[in-house]
Amino acid sequence: MSDNRLEVRQVELEILRYNPETDEEPRFQTYTVPCVNEWCVLDALNHLKDNLDPTLAFRWSCHMQVCGSCGMMINGEPKLACKAMLRDYEGMIRIEPLAHFPIERDLVSVADDFMAKLKRVKPYLIPGQPRTLEEGEYKQTPEQLQRYRKYAMCINCMLCYAACPEYGLTPKFIGPAAISLAHRYNQDSRDGGRDERQEEIATTEGVWECTFVGACSDVCPKHVDPASALQQVKVASTVDWYLEHFMSWVKK
Amino acid sequence: METIQTDVAIIGAGGAGLRAAIALAEADPKIRIALVSKVYPMRSHTCAAEGGAAGVIKADDSFAQHFDDTVGGGDWLSDQDAVEYFIHEAPKELIQLEHWGCPWNREADGSVAVRPFGGMKIQRTWFAADKSGFHILHALFQTSLKYPNIQRYDEFFGTDLIVDEGRCQGFTAIEMKTGQMRRFKAGAVIIAGGGAGRMFPFNTNGAIKTGDGMAMAYRAGVPLKDMEFVQYHPTGLPNTGTLLTEACRGEGGVLLNKDNYRFLQDYGMGPETPLGKPQLKTMELGPRDRVSQSIWHEMQKGRAVKTPWGECVWLDMRHLGEKKINERLPFVRDISISYLGIDPVKEMVPIRPVVHYMMGGIHTDINAATSLPGLFAAGECACVSINGANRLGSNSLVEILVFGHRAGLSALEYARGQKPGNDAALEAQGDAAQAKLRALFMREVGKESIAGLRKEMTTTMEEGAGIYRTEEGLSKTCEILADLRRRYADVALHDKTNVYNTDLLSALELGSMLDCAEAVAVSGRERKESRGAHQRLDYTARDDEKYLRHSMAHYRGADPPRIDYRDVVITKSPPGVRDYSGAHA
Repeated sequence: MSDNRLEVRQVELEILRYNPETDEEPRFQTYTVPCVNEWCVLDALNHLKDNLDPTLAFRWSCHMQVCGSCGMMINGEPKLACKAMLRDYEGMIRIEPLAHFPIERDLVSVADDFMAKLKRVKPYLIPGQPRTLEEGEYKQTPEQLQRYRKYAMCINCMLCYAACPEYGLTPKFIGPAAISLAHRYNQDSRDGGRDERQEEIATTEGVWECTFVGACSDVCPKHVDPASALQQVKVASTVDWYLEHFMSWVKK
Repeated sequence: METIQTDVAIIGAGGAGLRAAIALAEADPKIRIALVSKVYPMRSHTCAAEGGAAGVIKADDSFAQHFDDTVGGGDWLSDQDAVEYFIHEAPKELIQLEHWGCPWNREADGSVAVRPFGGMKIQRTWFAADKSGFHILHALFQTSLKYPNIQRYDEFFGTDLIVDEGRCQGFTAIEMKTGQMRRFKAGAVIIAGGGAGRMFPFNTNGAIKTGDGMAMAYRAGVPLKDMEFVQYHPTGLPNTGTLLTEACRGEGGVLLNKDNYRFLQDYGMGPETPLGKPQLKTMELGPRDRVSQSIWHEMQKGRAVKTPWGECVWLDMRHLGEKKINERLPFVRDISISYLGIDPVKEMVPIRPVVHYMMGGIHTDINAATSLPGLFAAGECACVSINGANRLGSNSLVEILVFGHRAGLSALEYARGQKPGNDAALEAQGDAAQAKLRALFMREVGKESIAGLRKEMTTTMEEGAGIYRTEEGLSKTCEILADLRRRYADVALHDKTNVYNTDLLSALELGSMLDCAEAVAVSGRERKESRGAHQRLDYTARDDEKYLRHSMAHYRGADPPRIDYRDVVITKSPPGVRDYSGAHA
């Protein structure tokens, strides 16, 4: 295994800086960072912080694409810094905090709105038929598991919100990740809470705000495909509406 | 300083902290619970656990076998009363998680599926593909959103416990978005702050695992138990240290040296088993300590594979086929391709042992209570001890549930019996914690860089307190750590602003790691035997007469810790031989 992956090259990083205590407005600062070819952008940021500028603030933890901390805009695209490999970039790399969120400091975004929306869609099992521990597990076949598994893979990294033009225009939109998570529970054979969740998501602030651009699915690092979840919720809520208005004698 | 009054305060919102919070909320909808973490709950390192969680559920399994696997796997340093409690609670906790929506893998009939894991005689690992920890964490976090009395304090960094009248009554924490210090006043406190693997240079741990919870308890006078036992996971990616789950071998992956020889058969784990037909508790399904140590020996013998990242051995999963790898190990495939450019479907993956888990931690009893009244601990930061000298894979995801739950209930019971504390004394302690921090801000920039001290610490930990240890190496590491702790007083803080000051937090984390590291090295130097993950080249045998005991490291300020010992609880399994040959009964 001899190749150039351990070679070091100088990489220019243009990084958005903003400290609300000392800066009137955000600005860019450029650094030249010696980087090993096989590194990801997060490695470059860590090298920078340890050796060049300890004042730079960004979130990170797992360095394995699962904790969802290090979402940021890299050359204008929402990415996990631990998944953005330097080998895929040429020239200067521009790094900014996630679009559509207020900046707390430097590359750290304010996540309050996202956290509130997650909670709002009741993303937990509301059992259709409650069971005691003594009764053991619910039976769920591999096929039933498959119906929602994809939507359970969301790591809450918020990249889909940064990619979503609707969220940028209309911040009250509940947004891709939260709606996908509601859909995940709606699709779970153990769950009976769909009606409660529909009150939140089958609304104008919910799926009907979505214009099906599909950017959320393009940027999702875990292939959750939020766009498909939103379309499925739209179809289901349309069916609900017809049942309610024209066939009210049929039980949903 | 703003005071937050609560009934029970929890530091750490990973698996153990969330489980404790839910247990409290369910037990009493009226009590106030403060869940405090330096990160948002779903960023906690529980998310990185891959393989699964052990619990007896299948007809061919039994509590007695889970007990034997755990106690033998721990080289008889586990407290057997705690293990007994743990194995009986395990299936209940896993079913509870199932009821909370955890997407466990299933058999065709819809029942929960189990997979084989190292050191276990029967398949008993519940799993959600190779993202079990991730799904457990998210199921717990999402479930916690149901309870209005769980008040979260995300991105609050705990600094000092507040102890008065001989009991823990709260702690101080920095609100990261403002940089302001807050005082949490509580009837009881639970620490669930995770491990401290970042004290080593090559580890599977997230950046946040810096032992802050351990250090808080330690500085407040609670001993750290069995800190010398540090688990190396055999299969880390050689460049990033990223974990490739033990399930790679559970599903049938094998380890090869440079001659494509399955070397584990030379280290008491033979005879060789047929390719693609893993046998439980032998060869690649031996325990982590033995497998990691065998890899070290192969390196000494010059039979390792030379790679750009140093010496490795091969993990070969090719014979599993694309379908099985995609179904059971999709994350392993993604990670290998992403960081190493190697697809395990087509190529062998170079791996090497990597620091993964601390068996030791805050000394607690079977009720998750520490020696300080009002203070409880659970999860990797705690040492009950069920893991003894070597934890079995898939016991830790269960430990956070069983003892997180227990800590919640114990803390509730304790808090209910307490009268309000002396406000003036508590305020004075909060002010003292703040003054300490302010002094760091006010003084000139120190001359010791955070990254520089950290590098010296991790280097000496690997050199002196790695897989194999000696008196000389450990003594040198103890000396270097003592010196680093002195120099830490002059650590450089370049950022003197308030909002999200990660320069400050890195400095505090380094302080936590240095204290924990010294407890590891000194405890290791004093344990003159080889047991489980603590292997000494100068004392190669297990010495039950002298060391069938837990080490207890007591904090002594600037001086190295004092070590004393505590008997292991043995109820029914006397120390025996750990047999991982294919011949074991």
